[in-house]
Amino acid sequence: MTFPGSLDDTDAARAARYAGAEPVPLWHADRDLRGVDAVILPGGFSYGDYLRCGAIARFSPVMAELVPAARSGLPVLGICNGFQILCEAHLLPGALTRNAGLRFITRDVRLTVANTDTAWTSGYAPGQQLLVPLKSGEGAYAAAQETLDELDGTGRVVVRYASDAPNGSARDIAGVCNEAGNVVGLMPHPEHAIDPLTGPSGDGLGFFTSVLRAFAGAGR
Amino acid sequence: MARVIVDVMLKPEIHDPQGEAVLGASRRLGFGGVTGVRQGKRFEVEIDGPADAAALAAIEELARELLANPVIEEFTVSSG
Repeated sequence: MTFPGSLDDTDAARAARYAGAEPVPLWHADRDLRGVDAVILPGGFSYGDYLRCGAIARFSPVMAELVPAARSGLPVLGICNGFQILCEAHLLPGALTRNAGLRFITRDVRLTVANTDTAWTSGYAPGQQLLVPLKSGEGAYAAAQETLDELDGTGRVVVRYASDAPNGSARDIAGVCNEAGNVVGLMPHPEHAIDPLTGPSGDGLGFFTSVLRAFAGAGR
Repeated sequence: MARVIVDVMLKPEIHDPQGEAVLGASRRLGFGGVTGVRQGKRFEVEIDGPADAAALAAIEELARELLANPVIEEFTVSSG
C-alpha cells in the first residue's frame, strides 16, 4: 500500500515476490483493496509525518476499507511508518514516540522472535534471533502500564530488541500484534533483509513466507 | 468567526526527549533556574459562528480524533 511519502513500498513488493507471492500495488486514494489476501503498510514518511507519524494516513480513503478488513481477519503487516499508521488507526495498541536519544537511528539490530503464533511469524522458531535494519526517528514504543502488562501477559509482543532497545522502547518492544494475531506491526525492516546480497541477512524473509504458509494451510 | 485554542501535551508519564534537550540547552545558556521543560503543541482553530458550548464540544471531538493521540497525549480546549 502506497501513501504520499511512502518510501519502502518497492522493497515490500520485492519481499512479497521473493517469498513467492504476487505483489499488488494499492493506492491511498482508492477505496479498493483489489481482492488481495494480505496487505503490507510500508515504511516512509506518509503525508510528511505532519501532526504525528501516521496520523493523517489513517484517514486515507483506502484505510476506510483496510480497517474493517483487518478486524475481520485480513493479514496486515505494518513496517516502521506502517506500524505507526496501524497504531494511529487503533488496529494495534500503543504509540510510537521520539527516540530517547533524539537522533534518527539507522543501524542493523538483533531481534528476538517472541511470538510465533501470528500470521507473519509462524515460520520462525520461538526465540529465534534476526538481524534486520532499523531506521527511524520516532520508534520508541509507548503504552500505558496496563497495556504493556496485557501485551506481555497474552504473548502479544511479537519481536523484541535482543539487547537494550536503541530507541528507548518500553520493555524493549520492537513489534506487537492484535488479539487475533493477523495484524502485526514492527519498527525494524524485515523487507530490507531478505537476501544477504542486498541486506545484512536473509532473516526478514520469514515474515513474508509465514503469511503465505498460513494461506497454504487454509487450503487456498 | 471565532478562534478556539487546543493545547496538546504529552502525558506526564511519557518520556519527552525534546523537552529534555531544551532543558539542557537552557542550562548551557546560563538559565540555571530552569529545572524542567516539557514540549507540547498549540492549535489555533478558526470556526464559523461563536465559540459556544456546542462548538467547543465539536472541537473537543476533533482534538480527541485527530489533533491529539489520547494514548500518549492529553489536551485542553479553550476559547481564544
